Amino acid sequence: MTADRFSSPLWRDRALAASAVRRMEALAAEAASRSGGQLNFMEVCGTHTMAIAASGMRRLFPKGLRMLSGPGCPVCVTSQGDIDGVLALAAVPGAVIATFGDMMKVKGSGGLDLHSMRERGSDVRVVYSPLDAVELAAAEPSRQVIFVGVGFETTAPVVAAAVARAAKAGLRNFSSTAFFKLVPPALEMLLSDPSNKISGFMLPGHVSSVIGLEPYLFVARKYRVPCVVAGFEPLDILAAVNMLLEQVISGRPEVQDEYFRAVPAAGNPAALKLMREVFSVRDADWRAIGRVKDTGLGFSRAYARFDALKRFGIPRKAAPEPKGCLCGRILLGKAQPPDCRLFGKACTPSNAVGPCMVSSEGACAAWFKYGA
Amino acid sequence: MKNDTVKLAHGSGGRLSRELVERVFLKAFSNPALAPLEDSAVVPAGGETLAFTTDSYVVTPVEFPGADIGRVAVCGTVNDLAVKGARPLALSAGFIIEEGFPMDLLGRLAGSMRRAAAEAGVSIVTGDTKVVEKGKADGVFINTAGVGLIPRGRALSSSSVKAGDAVIVSGCLADHGVAVMNARNRLGLRGGIKSDAAPLNALAEAALRRPGVRAMRDITRGGLATVLNEVCGACGLGAEIEESALPVAPATAKACALLGLDPMYVANEGKLAVFCSAAAAPAVLKAMRSHRYGRKAAVVGRMVRDPRRSVRLLTAIGGSRVMLMLEGEQLPRIC
Repeated sequence: MTADRFSSPLWRDRALAASAVRRMEALAAEAASRSGGQLNFMEVCGTHTMAIAASGMRRLFPKGLRMLSGPGCPVCVTSQGDIDGVLALAAVPGAVIATFGDMMKVKGSGGLDLHSMRERGSDVRVVYSPLDAVELAAAEPSRQVIFVGVGFETTAPVVAAAVARAAKAGLRNFSSTAFFKLVPPALEMLLSDPSNKISGFMLPGHVSSVIGLEPYLFVARKYRVPCVVAGFEPLDILAAVNMLLEQVISGRPEVQDEYFRAVPAAGNPAALKLMREVFSVRDADWRAIGRVKDTGLGFSRAYARFDALKRFGIPRKAAPEPKGCLCGRILLGKAQPPDCRLFGKACTPSNAVGPCMVSSEGACAAWFKYGA
Repeated sequence: MKNDTVKLAHGSGGRLSRELVERVFLKAFSNPALAPLEDSAVVPAGGETLAFTTDSYVVTPVEFPGADIGRVAVCGTVNDLAVKGARPLALSAGFIIEEGFPMDLLGRLAGSMRRAAAEAGVSIVTGDTKVVEKGKADGVFINTAGVGLIPRGRALSSSSVKAGDAVIVSGCLADHGVAVMNARNRLGLRGGIKSDAAPLNALAEAALRRPGVRAMRDITRGGLATVLNEVCGACGLGAEIEESALPVAPATAKACALLGLDPMYVANEGKLAVFCSAAAAPAVLKAMRSHRYGRKAAVVGRMVRDPRRSVRLLTAIGGSRVMLMLEGEQLPRIC
């Protein structure tokens, strides 16, 4: 596998982009006349949100076509209660918290974050892979190493691999949280709300490389909403938008794969097997949405001893959202960041109120950093 | 304010670093030489003009591909002098060493500092050492200071940059930050990404021998985006940067894409940004490219009238967006 196949400069070629934009204008005009008005495509994944903003693409979209950010940024969808759980773990005497950098600045309901816990003496370390946390546990047998496991089907198999490795090595001082969410049930949550105005989904390339295409079929069949799995280069995104427009025009919604160079229809069976061995489907707490049945992953019975919350006796609690924050509505595609009164004023990346501003892949951070 | 504490992000080189300096130190030390907050202070000395600067270095690990903390400590200070058009006269070096630090490693760092200073044509003429208990420092911290002579008639300043001026960068961006991150976290990124740490006084002289250069900046922490925002703030203009003109080595670009980093915000230790009149740009560029540290120099954009003083990136696909100063730290993403 060569990286060039994924990120060659061709994927940012100006002439190809210009021709894709011309085609988009023609298709959008036709699609608008078919569908009778505003088209709202939702990019479910935070990496897409960032890629759209970073490439300055918003200005190239024709009038009447809008990209909404969905509930696909791992930090953003993690509930306030689960964040409080992580902070409680950071206060366990002698524990080492190993986390992805993105989680460092998310505030709990008491106003603290992992940064401030570290200032107060907690041992919090940023790792690049959950496997690093397992190595840390092996290297420091006298310390309890707790990995902060959050994310979707992209991250869950990697954490599953780390847990399986710790189990194999007989490590008693490694544990993890399992605040994992599943993308297909999230789409169902959005679509089952009759007031949703979603005309098509740009589906996440990373997640789809694990789960494949089959889990999305219900979106096209039951809800009749077009779906395209997309890569992350600017031309991937432009091509995916055009494919969505073509589906709107034809009136035959289906699940298409623009990112076929990375996403096989069957996904990654090895990753799925490992994920299903270590974790099992359970209710998940979504930011601003609350607890929804069977929308997440928790530890399976066979691996329950690696559940950090259980090991340290920390209860799973609900906690209220920050006041005035529109993150919840933004995650549901019902508002855009500039609609929030806090945006850019009380809430900025260095002093974030809501998680969509905290996360480097959050919708608010993307709008703030790259402008409209 | 009472419960306010210093955050790691205050040291990132971006907006918060600037706020910290303005809120605490500029207020306390207030004087005209400090006020412009440029890479070096300009101090009159009899009939001559001196440039004076200091910087402290904290890097883990202390050795990484392409350089080490010693080379960076010498180059950083030489470069802060060079961008004010000063010729370095003398450097100092102060070491805070953690108990248990290997003696041979310390020797290697000193040798590396001597070589970097020799390359810049300057000597380390004074120094200081302190040893602290194990755990009170991370290996070794190095402070260097430097004094340089600004030749008569030379007055480079970000506030003299004019609308229409060209923006030149001296070579590939983001190598240093990615090389250190790769070594620190044993990421195993391939492609031979090395720190670019280098003394740039000869390169700066080469550019300055051509007329029309109005300002130069050392592009370090906070990256090119932060430098451009600072210059826009000082001269009251905006900047337009062409994404497709920005030199970034393919291996570094791939590493950044993988880690979710924007190369425009990643640190360099051997790159200049030069602001010169559009008419002078071809000659300045040619002079820079003839120097070993400027072979990949490129005109990347221009200064424009803009009351909002914003830096805009004209993207490769024909879009455009703003480029703000670095906000907080750059942290790798989850997926």
